[in-house]
Amino acid sequence: MPPDEEELYQDHILDHYEDPYHRGHCSHATHAHQDDNPLCGDVIRMELAIDPAGTMREVFFDGDGCCISQAAASMLVERFDGRPVAEVRRFTANDMLDLFGVRLTPNRQKCCLLPWRVLQAAIYSPVGQTEAERRNPPEACR
Amino acid sequence: MSNASATAPLDPAKFRPDFPILSRCVRDDVPLIYFDNAASTQRPAQVIRTIVECYEEHYANVHRGIHQLAQESDEMFEEAREKVRAFINAPTPEQCIFTSGSTAGINLVARTWGDASLHAGDEILTSEMEHHSNLVPWQQLAGRTGAVLRHIPLSDDGLLRLDQLDALLTERTKLLAVTAVSNVLGTINPLGELVPRAHQAGAVVLVDGAQSVPHRKTDVQALDCDFLVLSGHKMLGPSGVGVLYGKRDLLERMPPFLGGGGMIRRVLPDRFEPGDLPAKFEAGTPPIVSAIGLGTAIDYLNQVGLEAVAAHERRLTERAHQVLSQIEGLRILGPPPDKKTGIVSFTLGHIHAHDVAEVLDRRGIAVRAGHHCTMPLHQRYGVTATARASFYLYNTLAEVEQLGPALEQVQRVFHRRKKDEGGPSPWSVVRCRSPRTTDY
Repeated sequence: MPPDEEELYQDHILDHYEDPYHRGHCSHATHAHQDDNPLCGDVIRMELAIDPAGTMREVFFDGDGCCISQAAASMLVERFDGRPVAEVRRFTANDMLDLFGVRLTPNRQKCCLLPWRVLQAAIYSPVGQTEAERRNPPEACR
Repeated sequence: MSNASATAPLDPAKFRPDFPILSRCVRDDVPLIYFDNAASTQRPAQVIRTIVECYEEHYANVHRGIHQLAQESDEMFEEAREKVRAFINAPTPEQCIFTSGSTAGINLVARTWGDASLHAGDEILTSEMEHHSNLVPWQQLAGRTGAVLRHIPLSDDGLLRLDQLDALLTERTKLLAVTAVSNVLGTINPLGELVPRAHQAGAVVLVDGAQSVPHRKTDVQALDCDFLVLSGHKMLGPSGVGVLYGKRDLLERMPPFLGGGGMIRRVLPDRFEPGDLPAKFEAGTPPIVSAIGLGTAIDYLNQVGLEAVAAHERRLTERAHQVLSQIEGLRILGPPPDKKTGIVSFTLGHIHAHDVAEVLDRRGIAVRAGHHCTMPLHQRYGVTATARASFYLYNTLAEVEQLGPALEQVQRVFHRRKKDEGGPSPWSVVRCRSPRTTDY
């Protein structure tokens, strides 16, 4: 295949796409969020089990969409599974593009950033919370 | 409508040299294969020259000036209107309103005729295959007036379910807004049956001609539609110009749309009198050069002959169906080639349309991927996105045949381990939970 195609759809990306890390659901999710990219229909859901100390004991994703969005979600989950929530807050969009590693056109960057956006929202989205709780998140999520 | 198969297909090799962009390469070294014509066509040097000449030699604002340039621009602008009139066989040029495109034309009708004519409980009938531009303005109108929106459903093979029409078309129906050709399925709708039935029910009919006027002969008087919209950029013309055709009595009764210069007869400090057609609906400086360029595009299409264009597209579409039917896991949405124009939308197993388009692009093949501004249609067929190849007079059979190996390459990229040949996706799927999936 032409070199840039090989670059975009390299084995590392396709490995995550075909054999994703932690695709599924947390058995006891404390936090969850789902969003889509209406332009292309990509959907990502993130489920987290955050312990009182603010560590994400489990991170799972599920979704439907293009290779880029799904592989990016898998990489992101692998990166943060077992890590403190505080690290997610410091993880910028540029960090996400760096983690993905392959140069993306602006349109495909949106695919790559969807899981990042969902994870950033998920850490502030306790499962079953009330609106008041959402405005005043527990200490671990601030 | 003449029988396309009776016309000898044209030879695209004769026309390709007229289109400068078709000789460029993309992705470094690959020749461009442009299959995104339903989104926007390319334009021939004749149109580009008209635009350049217009700016270099004649340009001034229209309808205002006494000086020579103003008169020249005026003449060219009105000449373009006459070309549009003849192209769609409108009775008079002033019934052809220049707009910025089909979307603007539909919104104009919704905001003027619609706001003045619809009331709570009235019904607007549209279809499940409409482009968002022929759906959202009616949703907005329904929101403003309390009217109810109904949709003609689609059959599994991409045709309007006319058997449902009796139930949907009632004395409450004030408007039928329907496309002549689906921008995703390519389906040619039976307007010859739909329009009289809508009129019998007392409804006004708006036809979205964006995908049909560039490809098939349109005669608004024979169709007897009340409104028709078209877009210049989908028929070799510049972007930023379109046309709204309307029956004279309707256009004259409708209140003006945008207020401003050009659309008035007289202005007093506290009121105005609207101008005559078409000025009444052309407030502000119109898309002067784009309209003149559209006139040249119409000249070009007349020279090629729309019957020959339709026959050529049929040939390309038949070949595309043959080629695509050889690809395992590929599903074409819509009817067989004899019921549609040169539009072929498809899904390829569980591979996302954007990934299909990305790999095709590396081979120079430009297709569109996504929902093509028809989310309800995609929902009807249970998919979030499709890839769409759409053809025009300059595409060749050889280009269409390139789709075969290119799509096989897509499969090779995504089936390295052949872990999921055929059958449903092995992954669990989370469906969109947004309200748009049911509420349109």
